[in-house]
Amino acid sequence: MDYVPALARWIHFLAGVMWIGLLYYFNFVQVAAMKAATADGTAAGISKHVAPRALLFFRWAAVVTWLAGAALLSDKFVDAFLLRRGMAGIGVGAWLGTIMLFNVWVLIWPNQQKILGLKPATDEEKTKARRVAFLASRTNTMLSIPMLFFMAGGWSHRAIFGL
Amino acid sequence: MKNPLDSLWGTVISGVILTAILYAIVKSILASAGA
Repeated sequence: MDYVPALARWIHFLAGVMWIGLLYYFNFVQVAAMKAATADGTAAGISKHVAPRALLFFRWAAVVTWLAGAALLSDKFVDAFLLRRGMAGIGVGAWLGTIMLFNVWVLIWPNQQKILGLKPATDEEKTKARRVAFLASRTNTMLSIPMLFFMAGGWSHRAIFGL
Repeated sequence: MKNPLDSLWGTVISGVILTAILYAIVKSILASAGA
């Protein structure tokens, strides 16, 4: 099936742009905007109408990106994750993407549910949730930098790897 | 020591440093495998 890798690559890119685009929106725009909006009493607009929608597309785009990436690796999936048979470059990208997916579903989303009031939480729990979600999101932003370097490594990267 | 992830610049610089470290590791793996 020659169509599967092409479709998988296309979907991987589309979903990946949405995932990392929203991650950068959260880190480069929303964190600072929330601070300013809280100061002038307009934060409810963001936390009620913007953040839940952004998080919906963010977390599901992460899943689609990972699944399409796995389909794209296909029979080289295990080689990539074991960093063997010349797959170390894309393998590191795959590991970073997998860690980021874990952060989205295990650290960011459950804590954002508490912060946004979608799940009951005390003020103390919300304060802790804010810090955990923030650091997990910042960690993903940091990891996205090497992740994209290794994911986007094609022929352009062969020379710098000495291949 | 302040957490670098508390600032955007700290996050970006940490990402670039991590890229350099992982690049060196991957390059040595590929070289030792003769890929």
